[in-house]
Amino acid sequence: MADQSIFSKFSEWFEQPFVQNTVVVMGVVGIAAVIWMGSKNEQWRIAFQRFRRDRIGIFAGVIIAIYLLIGALEIIRIPSKEGQSTSALGWIFRSVPQERSYSAPFGKIQLGQDGEYAAALASGDPVKIKAAERYRVVGTHLLGTNALGNDTLVETLRACKTALLLGGVTSVIYIVLGTLLGLAAGYFRRWVDDVITYVYSTLASIPQILLLVSMLLVLGKGILPMAIALGITMWVDLCRLIRGETMRQAERTYVTAARALGQSTWNILIRHLLPNVMHLVLIKFVLGFSGIVLAEAILSYLGVGSPIGTPSWGVMIDGARNEFSREPLVWWNLTAATTALFGLVLSLNLLGDALRRAFDPKRS
Amino acid sequence: MIAYIIRRLLYVLPIVFGVMLITFILFFVMQTRETMAKAQLGPRAKPAEVKNWLHERGYDKPVVINAAWADPAYHHTDQPWWDSIFINQMKNFATFELGESDFNREPIGEKIKSGMVPSLMITVPAMFVGLFLAVALALVQVLYRASALDTGMTVACAVLMSIVPMAYIISAQNLMAITLKWLPAFGFDLQGWGTIRFLMLPVSVMAVIYLGSDVRLYRSIFLEEIAQDYVRTAQAKGVSGRGVLFKHVLKNGAISLITLVVAHLPLLIMGSLLIENFFGIPGLGGLVVNAIQKQDFAIVRAAVFIGSLLYLFGLLLTDICYAVADPRIRLS
Repeated sequence: MADQSIFSKFSEWFEQPFVQNTVVVMGVVGIAAVIWMGSKNEQWRIAFQRFRRDRIGIFAGVIIAIYLLIGALEIIRIPSKEGQSTSALGWIFRSVPQERSYSAPFGKIQLGQDGEYAAALASGDPVKIKAAERYRVVGTHLLGTNALGNDTLVETLRACKTALLLGGVTSVIYIVLGTLLGLAAGYFRRWVDDVITYVYSTLASIPQILLLVSMLLVLGKGILPMAIALGITMWVDLCRLIRGETMRQAERTYVTAARALGQSTWNILIRHLLPNVMHLVLIKFVLGFSGIVLAEAILSYLGVGSPIGTPSWGVMIDGARNEFSREPLVWWNLTAATTALFGLVLSLNLLGDALRRAFDPKRS
Repeated sequence: MIAYIIRRLLYVLPIVFGVMLITFILFFVMQTRETMAKAQLGPRAKPAEVKNWLHERGYDKPVVINAAWADPAYHHTDQPWWDSIFINQMKNFATFELGESDFNREPIGEKIKSGMVPSLMITVPAMFVGLFLAVALALVQVLYRASALDTGMTVACAVLMSIVPMAYIISAQNLMAITLKWLPAFGFDLQGWGTIRFLMLPVSVMAVIYLGSDVRLYRSIFLEEIAQDYVRTAQAKGVSGRGVLFKHVLKNGAISLITLVVAHLPLLIMGSLLIENFFGIPGLGGLVVNAIQKQDFAIVRAAVFIGSLLYLFGLLLTDICYAVADPRIRLS
């Protein structure tokens, strides 16, 4: 709560249409860059050829692509009237009206009173039909509506945005920290290694959920605080992994050769060692993403995650905690949120496994 | 052996200090104590009230050193230079003086002592049930490795891991307690058979939540054993697939299994945040969730400290286990 003003200023800046659209462009550029750099690396090319024959992996990849697309549509802002802007997804679903409260799945969207349009049709009078036009049934709320009367399907789709943004920002934080520190610890050894190992052993000795909760109690709710807290807890595993692999790689002849040729330390680290540990980062990134999405839901349920009002599956699950004791049972909000979350997390887990199989077929 | 244990303890001490430092920086440097007071007194509390609240809890001392140049606003001229929040916090942690809750000034030590038993009554049975199930399923997978069954079970594990814990809990409560009315959905009771009725649902849900990741972990442990030379020797001598698995692989894999379990044992005291909150169990997990909701920083601070100590104690136990099993480790 100390620096809440900084975070709220940041989120205000972040909500601007220009920034949001830039984020989407940066995401696309980032994915393209990873594919481009991977295509230049022999190890990655072989792995990719193996991956193409992995049906589970391809299937999971397609599902994730759909989630990415929906999330991107919610992030993209298009100008609407009078300097305002709506998300592309909101624009697609602009005709879905808001009801007064809960309505069950397949609830008809009806403008006006029951049967008015049907009665007009029955009378056969074109003037009456024209007048009752605006009372006709225009569609259905496929998954019902929530307590505020918003369409559950639309809310569920909109929540992809939070999951993807949080996953993206957190991944950037912990991957940069973990990879650089892991490389440094594994290559320089001695006191550099001692200091880095000490820092991450200390962080690792605090039970993860308690560390997350205490950081978020101090930092406050929101996507950025959550990304910072998750980033601080998640770099530990990656750093450990990269450190071990760097130690193994540093013994190999290509590193000795590079050193003998007088390459600078920076060059050895970035141009020689980094490409050879990058596949571990990729696998950890995909599997870690699923962990982040789950963590968002749990933290939001505990009341330190996304603030109420954010489109997020965690907030939807948290909001649904009293709906199960209602009569009649309101089950669709919880089911929609958990199913959407489950689909993304499962696909990420399966894709991560497929990537691991592709890069290291002997060990799985 | 004793020399080895002492060496390990000395290695752990700086980490304990690091944990104390992190909690201190987080709660006393990253946020002002006025926000801490206002979390309890409400945003419109008068300065005098805040001052009184801080004084009651000893938070009105300077942060690091009691000196005019370090922290003029909170400098106490009548106190020695070491009378600061930092030194007091360190002293309290070192002497296990956990202090009082920010919310209603109840002693935290008492709360933790009374919460330990309910937490353990959930986590210990859940761990053993989960361990048994996961080892059995992992053995089946290893026995039929590289078959359709193996692939199917791997995917099933991924499915189990991808369901958010709240969904397990809510659906189990809804099915077993509300629809079928077999077990109570909520509550805790320490009287004979009634206890078991209250425990059944949370214990089984907790066992299932971790099943997916556990089966996966144990499968990889057993697969690593299968790749060893002694397995090939046994196979060459004509031992059957099952014989190798149960006589050799399970026994050797058990060493890694036991160390994993031992490392995790002390942390069972902390309980589970979500399970205890949903099922209304008065354990440490529920205590932490309540503290989060009331923004009770003192309890969260104490939980972080105790949790880290238990984790480090688990690591120490693992090291000792390894040293007992392998004399080379304690001599190096």
